[in-house]
Amino acid sequence: MSALVRLTEVSKRYGDTIALHPTSLLIERGTTTVLIGPSGCGKSTLLRLIIRLIEPDSGSIDFDGDPITADNIDSRRHQIGYVIQEGGLFPHLTARANVILMARHLKEPQEEIRNRLLELCDLTRFPQNLLARYPGELSGGQRQRVSLMRALMLSPELLLLDEPLAALDPLVRASLQTDLKDIFGRLGQTVLFVTHDLAEAIYFSDEVVLMNGGRIVQKGSITDLRKKPADPFVSEFINAQRGIASV
Amino acid sequence: MRRLRKIEKREIVESKNPEARKQNFRIWFFPISRLPNVLLVFSCASIFLIHSCSAAADVAIGSKKFTESYVLGEIAKRALNDAGIPAEHRQGMGGTIILWEALRGGQIDVYPEYTGTIAQEILKSDHGLSLKQIRESLAKAGVGMTQPLGFNNTYALVMGRGEAQRLGVRTISDLRKYPNLKLGLTHEFLDRQDGWRPLRERYALPQQNVIGIDHALGYSALANGSIDVKDAYSTDAKIEQNDLVVLEDDLQFFPKYEAVFLFRSSIQPDAIAVLRRLAGTLDEKRMIRLNAEAERTKNYTRAANLYFEPGATSKKALGESFPQKLARWTLRHLELAGFSLLLSVIVGIPLGIVASRGGAIGHTILGFTGAVQTIPSLALLALLVPLPFFGISVRTAIAALFLYGLLPIVRNTASGLQDIPRALRESAVALGLSPIARLWQIYLPLASRSILSGIKTSAVINIGTATLAALIGAGGLGEPILSGLNLNDHVTILEGAIPAALLALLVQGLFDLLDRVLIPKGLRI
Repeated sequence: MSALVRLTEVSKRYGDTIALHPTSLLIERGTTTVLIGPSGCGKSTLLRLIIRLIEPDSGSIDFDGDPITADNIDSRRHQIGYVIQEGGLFPHLTARANVILMARHLKEPQEEIRNRLLELCDLTRFPQNLLARYPGELSGGQRQRVSLMRALMLSPELLLLDEPLAALDPLVRASLQTDLKDIFGRLGQTVLFVTHDLAEAIYFSDEVVLMNGGRIVQKGSITDLRKKPADPFVSEFINAQRGIASV
Repeated sequence: MRRLRKIEKREIVESKNPEARKQNFRIWFFPISRLPNVLLVFSCASIFLIHSCSAAADVAIGSKKFTESYVLGEIAKRALNDAGIPAEHRQGMGGTIILWEALRGGQIDVYPEYTGTIAQEILKSDHGLSLKQIRESLAKAGVGMTQPLGFNNTYALVMGRGEAQRLGVRTISDLRKYPNLKLGLTHEFLDRQDGWRPLRERYALPQQNVIGIDHALGYSALANGSIDVKDAYSTDAKIEQNDLVVLEDDLQFFPKYEAVFLFRSSIQPDAIAVLRRLAGTLDEKRMIRLNAEAERTKNYTRAANLYFEPGATSKKALGESFPQKLARWTLRHLELAGFSLLLSVIVGIPLGIVASRGGAIGHTILGFTGAVQTIPSLALLALLVPLPFFGISVRTAIAALFLYGLLPIVRNTASGLQDIPRALRESAVALGLSPIARLWQIYLPLASRSILSGIKTSAVINIGTATLAALIGAGGLGEPILSGLNLNDHVTILEGAIPAALLALLVQGLFDLLDRVLIPKGLRI
């Protein structure tokens, strides 16, 4: 089976600053790939390139075997779910309206939309009676569950999560981590997950992709990274989070 | 020798000190303009109302911005109405050139004018023209002129009646016998090339005791004996009020300023016949009385009615009642402010959307709307009046108000859109919404608070500025304010200012309600 997403020598720069050196990466179907690294290492840039919020300067990105271009991007976006740290929920729409926005825009049948919504509430363990609330009336954890529902509404092939749990307090975070992992497993979802937290990375995937300075530094299990660091930065990064990582 | 330009002088006196007048407006409208309010609801209603205001009468009468012209305009209106010809009167449209251009452009059909002004200002003639010559020149422009109405509104020298009778002074020549008389003349009359100096020469007047004094103060000075003789307009209402006599200009030094009606030759013959019948029916004494009545009662219609019913006591209420007038002013005010606001919204929001994208076009839009705002409102009206499509009309007032209302809406729409957090913007893109859907379903609702507050600001500007529309005869609550300023009557000013303030409060309440309807609930948590 071929990879769902294939990045080939993709690069991006802003003026004199190189956000991403030419980088290649495969995202296999049904797996959770975790991108990890310090702030500004290029992990978010990589995500944003895939969903085309920014245009690559060079290289190509294939999705399901076909290159993503400006022409086909909108239909591709319907096959990709995207969740960001602050959720990105529209404050003027209720939780329900946020979740079903795209489905309604694509004029899917009312009945299907309703059923899918209830299904997602179950899946994400979001109380149905809160669907009528506005984002401003929900807690941080509840907002991220809504955001996840919105991303999953159209049953996307790929789910992009850009530090979705970073703004949450530890208890809520832990409970959401458990739920997320469970959901990914049940759906057999292909996921690209960005975090700066090593413990979270290890929890979601056996294999992590460590980035620094706009480059992928090393790919592998935590044991690989610890025992056979590709360069001194790898050790430094792992040691900095040792307290948690050794748990 | 240049001839006296006396009527024009009066216009200058009437409209003198535009700064003071502007300040008057500011005093009245400053508090109003601070109140946020809304006209969106009204603007919808005004689409329907605008039809009623454009349903013009058969004959449109104009008048200049001073009491006598208002009264003559009212007389023409009533005479036409009595003859079964629908006529409307656009009061106080401005000075000679504005009225003349409006007449030629067809915005008005009739207005009262003076022969001296026609010869010098309109026909630009330096030498005395006969009535026949004037009539022939006007005919070339498609304009007709009635015979003189019967009075001559020119400069005159006046004296207290008692003093004049005691000394036996009846003519200006008689002044020669009394070299010790004290003359108090307006500064303008003293300074003019065709004022006091040539007059003294012509009559060989011996008086040395000549002082310059303000026109209004001069009447008080005359009453308490500080001066014996002063200059005045021959139909000035103050002549009667102060029991003065006009000294006869026996050497015919002062040029003739005989009142006539000018009309477009193309209007219906019946209407021309009615106007012609007014000729020779108004002598100085009568005009003085009508002017005095107008200034006393602050009601031009009532003064004009006195012309038709000489016996009628002025106590009798004639013309429109106050509630009727108030309704008419308010309705027109709402039409002006509401319709222009609607245009500003329709044009301003799309411009704001374009401007929010920045770039050369965006900067041009913001620069242009900003520049319009820096033009003083009076100047903007004045700039629009000479343009072909506009002229003296409601259209011009609405166009000016529309341009004024543009900036707040454009700027607030642009900034409201630009202030949307990047995360929300990108979420809308990442979802795969089409650009149109993004704009309508996400961006505009998110910017709604800012856009609405821009519309509020525009409504405030429009309600305040709409009072200036009265200057070009477009009516509204500025009408009583303008009349009040002309008559120096605070009660009349308040008749316009208080309703305008209340209107602003009412509109504010409506806008607050509108906020609750139009700003999504999620943004108000």
